[in-house]
Amino acid sequence: MTLAIGTPERPLRVAIIGAGPTGFYTADHLLRSTQATVEVDLFDRLPTPYGLVRLGVAPDHQKIKFVTNAFDKVAANPRFRFFGGVEFGKDVTLADLKAYYHQIVYCTGAQTDRRMGIPGEDLSGSHPATEFVAWYNGHPDYRDCSFDLTQERVAVVGVGNVAVDVVRILCRTPDELAKTDIADYALDALKRSRVREVYLLGRRGPAQAAFTNPEVKELGELADADVAASPDEVELDPLSAAAIERSQDRATQKKVEILKEYARRQPAGKSRRLNLRFLVSPVELTGDGRGGVAALKLVRNELYATSAGTLQARATDQSETLPVGLVFRSVGYRGVPLPGVPFNESWAVILNDRGRVLDPDTKQPIVGEYTAGWIKRGPTGVIGTNKPDAAETVECMLEDLAHGKVLEPANPAAAAAEALVRQRQPNYFSYADWQKLDAIETARGRAQDRPRVKLTSIEEMLSALNRR
Amino acid sequence: MNIASILARKGPMAVTVRPDQSIRDALALLDRHNIGALVAVEGERPVGILSERDIVREAARNDKFFLRAVADLMTRDVITGQPHDDLLSVAHTMTERRIRHLPVVDKGRLVGMVSIGDIVKAQRDQYQGEVDTLQTQLLADEGGRAR
Repeated sequence: MTLAIGTPERPLRVAIIGAGPTGFYTADHLLRSTQATVEVDLFDRLPTPYGLVRLGVAPDHQKIKFVTNAFDKVAANPRFRFFGGVEFGKDVTLADLKAYYHQIVYCTGAQTDRRMGIPGEDLSGSHPATEFVAWYNGHPDYRDCSFDLTQERVAVVGVGNVAVDVVRILCRTPDELAKTDIADYALDALKRSRVREVYLLGRRGPAQAAFTNPEVKELGELADADVAASPDEVELDPLSAAAIERSQDRATQKKVEILKEYARRQPAGKSRRLNLRFLVSPVELTGDGRGGVAALKLVRNELYATSAGTLQARATDQSETLPVGLVFRSVGYRGVPLPGVPFNESWAVILNDRGRVLDPDTKQPIVGEYTAGWIKRGPTGVIGTNKPDAAETVECMLEDLAHGKVLEPANPAAAAAEALVRQRQPNYFSYADWQKLDAIETARGRAQDRPRVKLTSIEEMLSALNRR
Repeated sequence: MNIASILARKGPMAVTVRPDQSIRDALALLDRHNIGALVAVEGERPVGILSERDIVREAARNDKFFLRAVADLMTRDVITGQPHDDLLSVAHTMTERRIRHLPVVDKGRLVGMVSIGDIVKAQRDQYQGEVDTLQTQLLADEGGRAR
């Protein structure tokens, strides 16, 4: 007689791809299960865990990063292992994992940005905001990017939290930045920045802007940047006013009040100015004749109500030209397909039903494959939103286990999986390795009165561990 | 947050029926998919919505309701959503207009359906996530360290 899977003698073995917040939340829900004994191996293509908490969250928002304390508790479970620097589809394939695990969960997030789809988007001087974010946060793949910070006028397209982070980092003084864990090379580059005028461009009105009230308040408290808004753009249109009135939405009321106060402010003569613009959409980037950006052509928008009651923007016949030499677009993230995993092009997510990956032809679940987080539902919500999302996926996983619907790996031993990883990627990083790197980074930070000084290349990390 | 994020994790598109199909066919579909409403389509264009309510209303007064056509009972004046509609305004519209199912249409083509249950769950998850994130930051104020 064979023992059931999910018992201490025959634990359910799960591989999670992607060590961002969702990967940890998924591991946490699985390891806490009272229904089954589960062993989790968490893979990431980068040597370091935490995904966008380390490489996306702005360096001047350290408090948000405290969520990693919860992730470390998950990692302390003896049934948890981390395999960093191991890329799915390259170092280990889906076929490999099927030979070692009962279930596989994809938590790879949304790794690329959405394009604006307008002429001139590919001029040098026009970048995805996410590249700038990855660069200033010390992402090993982006450390060699360069941005022309000799430009005095910069536009950031979008009003989500990434766009707001980018304008804030551009407007911070070297002293403000020097207290953060921003990558050293980015700190040096930003110290030499000649940026003077920064524009944040919103497609819809102030009431529809995705940024939160604390985020917008922070923009009015920058040490050496004046914030400005134009009175006619922050004045509520009748549709927005009615919508706020109907829903008694006090947070949005407050947001509009803050913005109106910015529109009334007199400039205090600070070195930089941050201009918050609403109801405008870029329609074209014009070149300077040398391949760079000279200006952004904008069209003015008006709002209309859809049949479901949402206020959307549509172009009017009024336009303007905004001279800028550097443009960052932040109009949304997009998921990237994984090798051998069904993808839903319409929503840029893995094709799934509540986290169960579906066969594209039959629309039926594929045994043993699951997904959670942004690659499951698209890039929405805050870090914590991924916790209930992961719980939904884990619920499906345990339900399938109870019905015997799991993979039948030829080699379901923990030691065998580790041997495979070691063979494919001898330089993989364990959680113990990460903890050593973490101690080194924080010690370097302490010496400079910073939260940490990041190691930003794989070579640096290997040599810090005396492995090179 | 918009309603595309609800559709993204709902797998296949909305379950559809043709207006000329019978209520018996419609009931079989509702049962098989364990859902409360069907979108009536001509090609990919939604032309009506048929809910449990529509069938119950007819069944209460007509023993032969099984044989009627979907077109006879469906609601033709359908409120539809678009993928980029905001969760909050959609929730408001659905409660205000007392509708429980919203077909989602993109450029005239049906791309899915969200139910009031989906909306409530998405809102609950969003609030839960925000509370969790805020709690983490409050705990951060009480000491500890960050990455």
